[in-house]
Amino acid sequence: MEIPYTVKPRPDTGLYNAKLGIWLFLASEVMLFGGLFSAYILLRVGADLWPHGMLSIPIGTFNTFVLIFSSVTIVMSWASLKLGKLADFKLYMALTIACAFGFLGVKSYEYYVKFTHYDLWFKDDATAQKYFVAAYGEKGEADVRKHFVERFHLQNTKATYDPHEVQLVGHIEGNPLCTTLKRLAKEKQDKILFTPDPKFGSHDHPKAIEIPLSDVKRLSAYVPAHSTFFAIYFTITALHGLHVLGGALVLCYFLFTADKWWKKAPEQFANRIEVGGLFWHFVDLVWIFLFPIIYLL
Amino acid sequence: MSLKAFHVVFITASVLLAFGFGWFELSRYQDTRDTVDLWLGCGSSGAGIGLVAYGIYFLKKLKNISYL
Repeated sequence: MEIPYTVKPRPDTGLYNAKLGIWLFLASEVMLFGGLFSAYILLRVGADLWPHGMLSIPIGTFNTFVLIFSSVTIVMSWASLKLGKLADFKLYMALTIACAFGFLGVKSYEYYVKFTHYDLWFKDDATAQKYFVAAYGEKGEADVRKHFVERFHLQNTKATYDPHEVQLVGHIEGNPLCTTLKRLAKEKQDKILFTPDPKFGSHDHPKAIEIPLSDVKRLSAYVPAHSTFFAIYFTITALHGLHVLGGALVLCYFLFTADKWWKKAPEQFANRIEVGGLFWHFVDLVWIFLFPIIYLL
Repeated sequence: MSLKAFHVVFITASVLLAFGFGWFELSRYQDTRDTVDLWLGCGSSGAGIGLVAYGIYFLKKLKNISYL
């Protein structure tokens, strides 16, 4: 028995089966991402301090334009099928898939940079001051505090902060991924070689300093456990990344089976590409909202 | 809603983002005087203009395809 309305629209809805199905699916996706966006807003308005400038804007901008370009190419691939140009379809679809994997590659690099970047909190004020001076010289404490004020935009708010919370930011020698005090202790390490980030407004890294772990109260890479900001950042962007990956795999399937489908059922194939394109546009639209709230605001 | 209609919505959102981001970066440049901000601001505004032109081209090219 043939399934009805796979090509022609159903008279009462005006839609073919797959289009109705994808819109119902996208409605559930709106609720999923809507819930996460709401969580972001509630966490942010409820927080005393919210960090700024933790993510690279040029990298985020590049990825945004990669996704915008991929939306253009996927529409072109669908339009090519409508015009009966299979070779053009393949070219545009391959470009879309390349953009998808390019986006994921850049995102993975961003994650790697975060997983190897550390904040260090010291056990008391005197110890902290000793290392601030070792890192940045005589006025070290003022430099670290300036960094802290800039990170949390404290010059623009009436929020106060606990001076004990000021931390040293930088990289551990060897760039270990997501290490913790517990893991370092397990590896029987009692000290680390730490390269602090440049002073605020400078690009020159200070010299690495040796820090015994007995002086450190907390050490954390920029992972979800670091802070509320990174918890919500990784939750939303990882879920979005999974959608990009899932979409890219489906688009790969369309590309590699294009010849077979084009011979068997060209109209149904064009409808499948339209449905894939709708999902792809949704994923890109989520990023259009995500980029400004996470990278800029 | 067809892919054509959703694409128009998406391009409209992208144009708003491009101009909004361009304005954001150029305002930041006035404080920081960092050339990266200047490049991003001008580049994004230019991309916004490009997207408007593309949107018009797209509507003309696909005028025979339904919005449903």
